[in-house]
Amino acid sequence: MSAQEPATFAFTPDYLALAKQFVAKYPAGRQQSAVMPLLDLAQRQEGWVSQAAIEAIAAMLDMAPIRVQEVATFYTMYNLKPVGTHHVQVCTNICCQLRGSDDIVAAAKRALGIEFGETTPDGKFTLSEVECLGACVNAPMMQIGDDFYEDLTSESTGAVLEALKRGEAPKPGPQCDRQFSAPEGGPTTLTGLTFGPEKA
Amino acid sequence: MPKLTIDGREVEVEAGTTILQAAEVLGIEIPRFCYHERLAIAGNCRMCLVEVEKMPKPVASCAMPVGEGMVVKTTTPTVRKARQGVMEFLLINHPLDCPICDQGGECDLQDQAMAYGADRSRYHEHKRAVVDKDFGPLIKTFMTRCIQCTRCVRFITEVAGVPELGAVGRGEHMEITTYVGKAVSSELSGNLIDLCPVGALTNRPASYTYRAWELKKTESIDTMDALGSAIRIDARGNEVIRVLPRINDDINEEWLSDRSRFACDGLKRQRLDRCYVRRDGRLQPVSWTEALGAVAARLKGVAGSRVAAIAGDQTDCETLTAAKDLMASLGSANLDCRQDGAKLEAGVRASYLFNTTIAGIEQADAVLIVGSNPRKEAAVLNARLRKRWLAGGFKAALVGPQADLAFKHEWLGDSPAVLAEIAAGRHPFFGVLKGAPWPMIILGQGALAREDGAAVLGLARKLAEAAGVVKDGWNGFNVLHTAAARVGGLDLAFVPGQGGRDVAGIVDGAAKGEVEVVFLLGADEVDMKGLGNAFVVYLGSHGDAGAHRADVVLPGAAYTEKSATFVNTEGRVQRTQLAVFPPGEAKEDWKVLRALSDVLGKPLAYDTPRQLRDRMATLNRVFATLDAVSPATWGAFGAEGAVADKPFLPAIDNFYMTDPISRASKTMAECSGAFGPGCGCNHKKTGTHG
Repeated sequence: MSAQEPATFAFTPDYLALAKQFVAKYPAGRQQSAVMPLLDLAQRQEGWVSQAAIEAIAAMLDMAPIRVQEVATFYTMYNLKPVGTHHVQVCTNICCQLRGSDDIVAAAKRALGIEFGETTPDGKFTLSEVECLGACVNAPMMQIGDDFYEDLTSESTGAVLEALKRGEAPKPGPQCDRQFSAPEGGPTTLTGLTFGPEKA
Repeated sequence: MPKLTIDGREVEVEAGTTILQAAEVLGIEIPRFCYHERLAIAGNCRMCLVEVEKMPKPVASCAMPVGEGMVVKTTTPTVRKARQGVMEFLLINHPLDCPICDQGGECDLQDQAMAYGADRSRYHEHKRAVVDKDFGPLIKTFMTRCIQCTRCVRFITEVAGVPELGAVGRGEHMEITTYVGKAVSSELSGNLIDLCPVGALTNRPASYTYRAWELKKTESIDTMDALGSAIRIDARGNEVIRVLPRINDDINEEWLSDRSRFACDGLKRQRLDRCYVRRDGRLQPVSWTEALGAVAARLKGVAGSRVAAIAGDQTDCETLTAAKDLMASLGSANLDCRQDGAKLEAGVRASYLFNTTIAGIEQADAVLIVGSNPRKEAAVLNARLRKRWLAGGFKAALVGPQADLAFKHEWLGDSPAVLAEIAAGRHPFFGVLKGAPWPMIILGQGALAREDGAAVLGLARKLAEAAGVVKDGWNGFNVLHTAAARVGGLDLAFVPGQGGRDVAGIVDGAAKGEVEVVFLLGADEVDMKGLGNAFVVYLGSHGDAGAHRADVVLPGAAYTEKSATFVNTEGRVQRTQLAVFPPGEAKEDWKVLRALSDVLGKPLAYDTPRQLRDRMATLNRVFATLDAVSPATWGAFGAEGAVADKPFLPAIDNFYMTDPISRASKTMAECSGAFGPGCGCNHKKTGTHG
């Protein structure tokens, strides 16, 4: 249990309304199916999932607290300890590593002055090492909050984090000249394709 | 019904049977860890892999339903390799501490590693270690040994109905744990130890005191509650080390309540191992001759009507018979086996039996529980009720103290007036009972052990008749006893004879000096202070309340130390077996009475257990057949009259301490400390509670 464990948890009215929407998606008596979205809502509200939140959700869904605990501990994306305002998750899985994630990690540690699993003293950043986030085609990448920052270099990693430090909102997605997952510098195949009426 | 071939042998089984079960029908052994007959199928250990023709990969036979024309192979090289692979993975993180593990010698993993594993390990990396969890005073954990079969999680959730265990984390980091710092508070928690296929959950009170192969195993019957669960007593030398359940589908399936399992350390404490006679206000050790002589001397010249006998809750039928005959020879009709004052009469057998039978619960579809908390009074029976409830279409209601019964029920109130309302047909639950094809009423001792108990009994009979609870081929009228000796006592009519006194009368008479000599046969729940100046002869196994009050103490044998007959709450006659010998000079209780009868010059007419049992069978022919239940005929019983406006009270205050053995048990005392009165129910709130 975390030292910052709050005694109680309650959804704010907005989140409660959302939670009820999720519960309503499932047939009566199957409200337990909403446990994952509700844990996510709790995390969005508080930044992390506390023991109190687990118990509140268990009560809400008529489940044993241990059942909610099982779900919350199974998925790594639920934070069971408080995290900073910006949760920086750097992928170090194979594709990213082959594309230089070690440099990204070093740049992030340098920019934030913390190691993996630590939070900056001002409480703004938490740095985590994560497994594949499914953006291998844009490796190396990191996730901050809900956004992916892809095709990183040491410089662009530093730039993104510095921008966040200044309170700006850096542009998510590829940090180089590239549209989504298209080739750098524009398309290299099907360049002559013109769309028109089908020919017989 | 699908027909399939397993290892070249054809078998036809019910649709929905799994391959593993079909193989069992043929006697083909398939190794398994997570699969258990009485738990939901998990399919996570992968040990039961078999090959099925036309399936590309080996399949988990425990989770694969049979199909028409399936061809299953369990002995091919592929299967052998698959099992070996699974075993190798299981052993990656399993410590090699079998020599110091309590499960060693009776460990599924050990056995199956021998049978299906490889002969060496290819693993050179570090093994994972897991922090041990606190499961309370009954279960010792070694979580590093856990192979994550999740049997314990499924048992506590499904059978016990106390969802306190879970598997947190994932993959290699998965751990079985209780919810944040809670111990396992279920009254059936001991079964987790049996279910655990490895040594992750072991018997804490007995830890490190035995090796499985040193123990002498005796099949016997439990007497800690009125169910008569089948048990196996494991003893080393003359010491009972542990008690385990045996399979008896009619009673306990394969479960056992924690009191029955763990109170066995009470068999070693507070024991009466020699005779005592009170001289100058103190109990002085004496020989058998002196002790029996002292009783005979005191009885000399005392009229029969001034002598009385009270039987305790664990007194066997042999002793009851001998005591009854002895009292008859003394000319006394003052005898009673209903220490708690339950208003049950010996006449109509159906009036005091659990007529539906325990297995019969599974057929029932509605139940009204009156003045009982089956979870505390008969934990294993409660598990059966829960099993029935889980199957669906089961309506339950409770009249009595509010309780957490681990299955959904409607609480109708705790006043006898509610029962009267239902009986009069003015309550909605009357309609439920009436409308149900197989309705049940369970009447607890909390409803009967009170002034107006006879009226409550009469009311319940009226309700049973009015609501069609008793009809051709179905008797849904049930009395749930808490004492192992009660039904036997009633069957032997160990109740006041013509003009005789009952327990209250005996105590009252003793206080007034009208009763001079009181025999307590293991009876410790009588109001000892009320016995006044009476000369008390205590015959029993433990130095409990009775022995403290006694003028003569005669040491008897506990249920593990004799072959004795008990009748369970269903009316099933069963016999315990001698596992160890009584301590010191203690003797089987009926033999003590036989010897006393000689000293009194009125010898009882039997010298051997067989003669005594013949005598029992002449007193009541039910004693002629063991291990069977015969339906009892319905009749008129109970009393007319108003019921008092006093709420029903719990029959048992503390689940962990109900009798001299459990009161002497250190383990049970620890449980009381850890869990309070048990079952998370009937906690009497004090003024400081919110």
